[in-house]
Amino acid sequence: MKITKEEVLYVANLARLEMDEGSIDKFARQIGTVLEYVDTLNRVDTEGVPPTSHAIFLTNAFREDEIIKHLDREAALANAPEKEDENFVVPKVIE
Amino acid sequence: MNLHELTIEKAHRLLKQKDISSQELTRAVLDRIDTIDEKIGAYITVARETAMTQADLADKAIGEGNISPLTGIPLAIKDLICTKNLRTTCASKILENFMPPYDATVIRKLKRAGAVILGKTNMDEFAMGSSTEHSNIKLTHNPWDLTRIPGGSSGGSAAAVAADMCLGALGSDTGGSIRQPASHCGIVGMKPTYGMVSRFGLVAFASSLDQIGPLSKDVTDSALLMNAISGYDSKDSTSVSKDVPDFISFLEDGLKGITIGIPREYNAVDGLDSDVSAAVKNAIKIIEKLGARCIEVSLPHTEFVVAAYYVIAPSEASSNLARYDGVKYGFRDKDNKNIIQMYKKTRSKGFGREVQRRIIIGTYSLSAGYYDAYYGKASQVRTLIMEDFKKAFEICDVLLSPVAPTSAFRIGEMRDDPLTMYLSDIFTLSANLAGIPGMSVPCGFSADGLPIGLQIMGKHFNEEILFKVAYNFEQNTDFHKKKPQI
Repeated sequence: MKITKEEVLYVANLARLEMDEGSIDKFARQIGTVLEYVDTLNRVDTEGVPPTSHAIFLTNAFREDEIIKHLDREAALANAPEKEDENFVVPKVIE
Repeated sequence: MNLHELTIEKAHRLLKQKDISSQELTRAVLDRIDTIDEKIGAYITVARETAMTQADLADKAIGEGNISPLTGIPLAIKDLICTKNLRTTCASKILENFMPPYDATVIRKLKRAGAVILGKTNMDEFAMGSSTEHSNIKLTHNPWDLTRIPGGSSGGSAAAVAADMCLGALGSDTGGSIRQPASHCGIVGMKPTYGMVSRFGLVAFASSLDQIGPLSKDVTDSALLMNAISGYDSKDSTSVSKDVPDFISFLEDGLKGITIGIPREYNAVDGLDSDVSAAVKNAIKIIEKLGARCIEVSLPHTEFVVAAYYVIAPSEASSNLARYDGVKYGFRDKDNKNIIQMYKKTRSKGFGREVQRRIIIGTYSLSAGYYDAYYGKASQVRTLIMEDFKKAFEICDVLLSPVAPTSAFRIGEMRDDPLTMYLSDIFTLSANLAGIPGMSVPCGFSADGLPIGLQIMGKHFNEEILFKVAYNFEQNTDFHKKKPQI
């Protein structure tokens, strides 16, 4: 198999996903099939070919450093699952 | 006359002459939604009250003599374009109750033009899919055959246009997500050049590939919508500062002097359906008769397009979707002891299967030890794919091809087979990788009576030639006039 169950679990942890035991095998198999297919890229000679991350040539997009109005705090907090006063609330980070 | 069947252009003429009001028009379309959307499932949210308020405002503006081509025109919006105070879900549990605090730039432009926003349409979750079956909200059926998918990911927008539940719609296209559902639903879809339309307020899937564009009943309406949404936006640093032409002004020009290229490699694609192939060949003949010259061209890296795309798009997605962590907005799982567990439970319960698959593929491709072999390699192959197009466009103005290898497949047929579904995107992915514009126009029907689309691709910022070819083809055929029986 192209990718093992353990590798899927390792990557899932990096991506902050939890895999349930029942579906991990099927999941690893589906992802393995895709990765095996992706290996066809190895048939392309890319020696000396520069990579492209962006299809349109643009240099840095600068703008004037001006103070403009952004979202006010109330609007920015409106969708928070949990908030208190002017803050987002999260579970305890440091024990 | 059924008002919901009008095109944007015709409705505009009637509004201008005061033969109809926007309120009458909007009510007629809302009634149409009430009558048939139970069967189709195109909309996630219908904004009845605000739509009628916007229609009322449009009528007042028209009364004062202020009318633009979109004033009072009821439109549908794919549910990943932010609409202020109108729920935007991305068809995901993780954003099920997300209420954007701002409008995307395209929405601001539509509102300023006086358009009426009817509601938000269904899609594959976060635009990841080619069938709209990966929506975690509902299923959308193809108006031409309810047992089939409408295409994806902008399947709700395409089905809404095809079934006259809006006069036009916006979608987004990362690998074919406007063109393929337009093809499957028998309507017109346009993916503009990357940078032509602002992405500000478009929920990001793969930032170097995403582009917003219109889905419409005909080519003229597509040009009208493009006139309204195109242009530089300081809020999108990848939007390109360029004058936007009036796309309508090119439509009437003939096709004399235009050279069309037919990619040789596209004939050899596995699984290319004979009905699709015949319809596209017939379309090419018609376009040749209209005065265009036709030549064969080569895109040698065609067989590597799907592999390159399915590394690059998931890689960008895995990074973009890291923001859904249950902190600032969206769903948060309450059952957690610490913050890592909160992230994991929130994301695992909030994202559907296909999104999780792509996050895993993307994270794997970007992870230490695999980066060069996957993301790095795919980015180099992307350069070669772009060069193929550059060379082809040295000898032709536009490329013609199918949009998809088959007409709409059956619901459930590919749901559990991601690779087969990915392979069906072969004709559309490269326009996103190369950043060029691509368009789908109706060009025939399969033996089963399902619509087939013709894809027209052009050089960067050459939308006008696409519109010209599409319009000339449309004026000499009547595929776009056929309506599904629902």
